[in-house]
Amino acid sequence: MNLVRFILQNHTQVLQLTLEHLWLVGLSTAFAVLIGVPLGIVIAQRPRLNKPVLASANIIQTIPSLALFGFLLPVPWLGERSDRLAILALTLYALLPIIRNTYTGIRGVDPAVVEAGRGMGLTESQLLFQVELPLAVSVILSGIRVAVVISVGLATIAAAIGAGGLGEFIFRGLAMVDDRVILAGAIPAAILALLADFGVGWLERRLRAQ
Amino acid sequence: MHADTASPVIEFLDVSYRVDGTQVLSGLSLQVARGETLVLLGRSGSGKTTTLKLVNRLVTPTSGEIRVDGVSNAQADVIRLRRRIGYVIQDVGLFPHFTVERNIGLVPKIEGWADDRIRARIQELMQLVGLAPELALRYPRQLSGGQRQRVGVARALAADPEILLMDEPFGALDPLTRDELQREFLALQERLHKTVVFVTHDLREALRLGTRIALMEAGKLVTVLAPQEFLKSSDPWASAYVRAFGDGPEPGGNRGAS
Repeated sequence: MNLVRFILQNHTQVLQLTLEHLWLVGLSTAFAVLIGVPLGIVIAQRPRLNKPVLASANIIQTIPSLALFGFLLPVPWLGERSDRLAILALTLYALLPIIRNTYTGIRGVDPAVVEAGRGMGLTESQLLFQVELPLAVSVILSGIRVAVVISVGLATIAAAIGAGGLGEFIFRGLAMVDDRVILAGAIPAAILALLADFGVGWLERRLRAQ
Repeated sequence: MHADTASPVIEFLDVSYRVDGTQVLSGLSLQVARGETLVLLGRSGSGKTTTLKLVNRLVTPTSGEIRVDGVSNAQADVIRLRRRIGYVIQDVGLFPHFTVERNIGLVPKIEGWADDRIRARIQELMQLVGLAPELALRYPRQLSGGQRQRVGVARALAADPEILLMDEPFGALDPLTRDELQREFLALQERLHKTVVFVTHDLREALRLGTRIALMEAGKLVTVLAPQEFLKSSDPWASAYVRAFGDGPEPGGNRGAS
C-alpha cells in the first residue's frame, strides 16, 4: 500500500510530529486542568460567579480556532514562538468542558451528604477534598476526556502558524494535493484521540469504582 | 429520667429566623435538660428541622440566642461545636465513597485519634448499634435501609458527643425496621443518657421515644408536654394531632368519634 510505504519511509518524521503533537496537547491540557478545576470549584461555591465564568469560557469556544491563532500572533512574547501561542489557544479551548464538568460534578453531590459532613464538623476544605471532589471526580474526568479529544483535533490546526504537530502533514498534503501525506497526519492524530479517550475513560472507571 | 435541675444543656432564648421574607421561626424559647429526649413534633414546614439545625449552627438565627452548655452559639467555634454534637438525618448522608468503618471513624480521624483507638471505637460502636462486624468493609449502597441508619447513628456517636440531634432518622424505614430501631434507640438511651433532640412528624414515635414533646406549628412553639399529658391535653393543636393519629399507643383511644 502506498500510504503504508509513505509512512514507513518517513517514520522518523511521523514519530517526531506525533511527539510534538503530544507535547502541545499534553501541556495545554495540564494548564487547562490547573486553571479549570479550581475555577469550577470556585463557581460551584459562589453561584453568583457561575454565569459570567461559564459565559466567558463559552465565548472563547465560539471563536474559530484559525482566527484565534491569528489574533494571538501579534501578541509580544507569545508571537515569538508559535508553540507557546498554540499551547495558550489550546488551553483556552480546553477550559470550558473542564470548568463546566467540575462545576456540575460538585453541584451534583447529594446535598444530604454535604449537609451531614458539615453537621459533623468537617471544615470547608475537608468537605471539599474528602467529600465533594472524590464524589465529583468521574464527572470532572469526563470533562477532561472531552477536552483532550477536542485538543488532539484542534492541535492539527496549530501547524498553520508553524507550531508543528501532525497538522504539518495535513497542510502539506493539502498543498500537494496528496492524500497519502494528509492521511499520514490524520491517521496518527485519530489514533492519538482514541488512545487519549480510552486512557482517560479507563481512569474514570477506576476512580469511580471506589 | 433524673431531672437534673442544673443548667440546661441547650437553651433557645427568644429565637427567630427569617429567610427570603418568610418567617420560619418566631419567638422560640425552649430548654433541653441533660439526658432527656426532647421530641420536636410538627408537620412539614412547622420549623422543627430549622430548630434542630440552630443547635449545631447549620442555621444562624435572625434574632435571639442559642446556648449550648451555657455558651452562646454565636461565640462558639463552629467546627468544635459541631464535633461535640452528633447529627443524624433522614437521608442518612453516609459518604457513599467511604466504607462503613471509614464513615463511622471519620470524626475521630479528623480529631486526630490514634489508629488503633479509632479501630477499637468502630468495633465497639458497630456492636452497640447491632451491626455485624463483617459489614465494616461494605459501602453504604450495599446495605439495607435499616443498616444504613444504624451506621448513621454509630457515626454520630463516634466521638462520644454529649448531644445527639436526630432529624426524622427513622422516617424512611419500613414499619418493622422502624419499630426495631425505635426499640434499640430506647435501649441505647438507657445506657448512654445522651441529651437528644429528635425531630419527627409521627405522634406515635414522639410518644414512644420522648421524655418531653415540643409541639410546633407554623414556626411557633405551641406547647411542651410529657407524653402522658400530651394525650390528655386540651390544647387544640395537641388534640388535633391526637385525633389525626386515631388510636394512640394505648388501646381504647377514640378513633373517629363522629
